[in-house]
Amino acid sequence: MRLVTALCLSLSLLPAAVLAQAREYTVTLSNNRFEPAEVIVPANTKIKLVIINKDATPEEFESRELNREKVVSGNSTMNLYVGPLKPGRYPFFGEFNIKTAQGALIAR
Amino acid sequence: MLAALLLVFREVLEAALIVGIAAAATRGVAGRGRWIGAGLGLGLVGSVLVAIGAGAIAGSIGGTGQEWFNAAVLLAAVAMIGWHVIWMSRHARQLAADMKSMGSAVAQGRRPLTALLVVVTIAVLREGSEIVLFGYGLVAGGASVASLASGGALGLLSGVAVGLALYYGLLKIPMRYFFQATNGLLVLLAAGLAASAAGYLVQADVLPTLVDPLWDTSWLLTDDSMLGGVLKVLIGYSAQPSGIQMLFYAATVLVLLAGMRVFRFSSPPVASAPRPALEPES
Repeated sequence: MRLVTALCLSLSLLPAAVLAQAREYTVTLSNNRFEPAEVIVPANTKIKLVIINKDATPEEFESRELNREKVVSGNSTMNLYVGPLKPGRYPFFGEFNIKTAQGALIAR
Repeated sequence: MLAALLLVFREVLEAALIVGIAAAATRGVAGRGRWIGAGLGLGLVGSVLVAIGAGAIAGSIGGTGQEWFNAAVLLAAVAMIGWHVIWMSRHARQLAADMKSMGSAVAQGRRPLTALLVVVTIAVLREGSEIVLFGYGLVAGGASVASLASGGALGLLSGVAVGLALYYGLLKIPMRYFFQATNGLLVLLAAGLAASAAGYLVQADVLPTLVDPLWDTSWLLTDDSMLGGVLKVLIGYSAQPSGIQMLFYAATVLVLLAGMRVFRFSSPPVASAPRPALEPES
């Protein structure tokens, strides 16, 4: 019963989530490194993260803390939605080049 | 080489655990080796196709094609597992009784085999395409093919070994409880896949998180640890799940258990198996 209520609640929230305009933040990937490596974003609000891959090779943007995983093809751009985040540091990495491709979102 | 070993191991492990459960769940069904083999083959071909089309997939549906694609194949796998477990709850008793006389299993076995063929294909395709992209990136970046191949082969073998260990471990379960156990595992596997699908739809901004995270157990067990990774596949463990993921997880468990209960008694009892009906896991 509680589940049904929760399901109805979630469906009623759906349009709001779709309509909300999110601010954009861009991270560029080149030579298998994120630039900037740390991005300061507002806490408690949804943001749109744009990843520009300037390398010719594909990369997988991944973050356990953000619960996000997305492939970025070589020489292309992808975006994903993040948050609302509680204040804190949220590390992310490129799974195909873990040694160099490290970064973090700082939510304030 | 170590990077290749670790990445390939991680990806193969996920697929191998799912294939291990599928193989155990079809125990006693004639011709399953061919079906699972076909699933593996289709999955490998699919991996290459998905890797080649990664750019096109990602660019579609306003840049959210990758999330839609992942969510769609995960939910397709959930539906196929649902079909299988509900079918099994009708026929498990008969199948357990028929383990030695395979004749009737051939006719009846076709349906769940189609379902689990799709599940195996999807598992291999999702993890395999990442390995292909990773390998392509390394080779295009000038890494040595030999070191990549040896690391990848070691990773592949280790991942397959864990899948085989799970399979043979499951076979040790007494026949009386066997299909209850594999059905229970399949329900949890499906629930975890549904929760992953919800995660992708949140990432694409299609679904709200509701609460994010619902809880945080990363102090106890992180997703990227070995045990966390295994539990992620087996029971859908996540250290920081969102509310909507929990909702998808619970809804999947409830729908499958209800489906198993509703359809349980529709097959006539088998004379050669006077045991009480198998109860689905609850």
